[in-house]
Amino acid sequence: MNELLNLLKQNALETPENMAKMLGISVDEVKKQIVQYEKEGVIRAYQAVVNEEKLDSSLVTTVIEVKVTPESEGGFDRIAERISRFPEVESVYLMSGTFDLLLFIKGRTMHEAAGFVSEKLATMPGIVSTATHFMMKTYKQNGIVMHTGEDDERLKVSP
Amino acid sequence: MNDSKSLHSRIAKTVRDIPRSGIRDFFDIVSSREDVISLGIGEPDFVTPWHIREAAVLALDRGMTSYTSNMGLLSLRRGISQYVEKKTGIAYRPENEVLVTVGVSEGLDLAIRALIEPGDEVLYHEPSYVSYNPLIQFAYGKPAAIQTKKENGFRLTRDELEENVSDKTKILLLNYPNNPTGAALSKKDVEDIAAFAIEHDLIVLTDEIYDELTYDRDHFSIISVPGMRERTIYLHGFSKAWAMTGWRMGFTCAPPELTEAMMKIHQYTMLCAPILSQEASVEALKNADADIGYMKAEYKKRRNFIHASFEEMGIPCIRPDGAFYAFADISRFGMTAKEFALKLLDEQNVACVPGTAFGACGEGFIRCSYATSMDEIKEAMVRIARFIEKL
Repeated sequence: MNELLNLLKQNALETPENMAKMLGISVDEVKKQIVQYEKEGVIRAYQAVVNEEKLDSSLVTTVIEVKVTPESEGGFDRIAERISRFPEVESVYLMSGTFDLLLFIKGRTMHEAAGFVSEKLATMPGIVSTATHFMMKTYKQNGIVMHTGEDDERLKVSP
Repeated sequence: MNDSKSLHSRIAKTVRDIPRSGIRDFFDIVSSREDVISLGIGEPDFVTPWHIREAAVLALDRGMTSYTSNMGLLSLRRGISQYVEKKTGIAYRPENEVLVTVGVSEGLDLAIRALIEPGDEVLYHEPSYVSYNPLIQFAYGKPAAIQTKKENGFRLTRDELEENVSDKTKILLLNYPNNPTGAALSKKDVEDIAAFAIEHDLIVLTDEIYDELTYDRDHFSIISVPGMRERTIYLHGFSKAWAMTGWRMGFTCAPPELTEAMMKIHQYTMLCAPILSQEASVEALKNADADIGYMKAEYKKRRNFIHASFEEMGIPCIRPDGAFYAFADISRFGMTAKEFALKLLDEQNVACVPGTAFGACGEGFIRCSYATSMDEIKEAMVRIARFIEKL
């Protein structure tokens, strides 16, 4: 993948000046490429990776496996897009295997998540069945380990 | 008998006369301070990749706690032989041409002790890794340091070699990619040096511990030059590219006679390298290409960044081709390297190593290791810029 995208994926707040130095290209070139990626929809957003467990009112993440009857036209796309419109739905993936769609839902309580499944999801036409899992602890997310790291154990100066 | 003066006088003269490493002096000063950003560390900031660590855990689980063959596990020597052949095109027989050592440090000591008779000269280039000169002296050899020059990018030239060779010269010791300068050699440079070694009938010891870490072109080993395999001891190890410093794993590849000679010393001093480290290294050779690629890509970004930052500050710094060090020229500030490093530490809490720790010709330079996180490097560069503004 493009090196600039890799840098942004590691740290979206990195300055164009620093990225230019790391990649050995000009600042203008960095800016130009970013604008291009944004325009093409390659870069969709810049978000913070938040350790929810550090927050008092941590949100409950629910993972739902969904079996769907595909439609003759459009297959899974239409129902997946429909599900995606719910703001509480964080991610939607089409999967191979024993179920079709995998959803990640964020809610304030388990009750709220359960309500989403029973009232909004299960009643939707085309949904055959659902299996709901509650996420208990996040160890790593978006490539970031959630517990704050160990100290550098190396000697301060070595040959 | 009890006073320390008389004990001191009993220490062997060779040992007594060798000064403490400049690195250790500096280490003591840095260690006494809090919150230092250190660019003084000569080892990767990465932890050994998990699958390699797991191989050691599994080996421990299986009860592998014994000695191994003095030469090292045959499975490891086979892996090393394949690795070296893939990198250099030169095949070494695992049975009698590959020796597993406790780091390159031990390998180098073995090689020097196996070859040197009192008074024999060893040609090597400075600035250099701190152990070369003392190891030669411990073996009663005579260190003949060639001062490589900034103008040549700290690459060793044939002319410099010709100026320094004598009829006592027995060994040429090379280390490219180089610690502390980051210099690497082109194929042509290597061929010139090889021609010199053949002409003067020298044994070459080549410390290629940083061979995986080159950023602009692939490393070319001197053993790949025709006529060199039979006169060279190739030294390598797992510390740098595999991020395995603490495992203490190195190896030598050399013709059977030389391997056997080194083996004698190794057998009676070290017996064998630790078995868990050897098991981990077997895994390292099998499955670590992606890890090395990842780490190398990170180092390259940091190399680019640190080099561009120094240039921006008006501090000349040869763009390092390899290893993970930038050797920055701070001579224009009218201070010695040590004064500069101490003042920088004092005022901005950034540690780097004065070039003089690597030989007298390191005067006027500081070694900045970029084996530390990009965030730390960024902050260090901001602080160095602030520091020099006030000078």
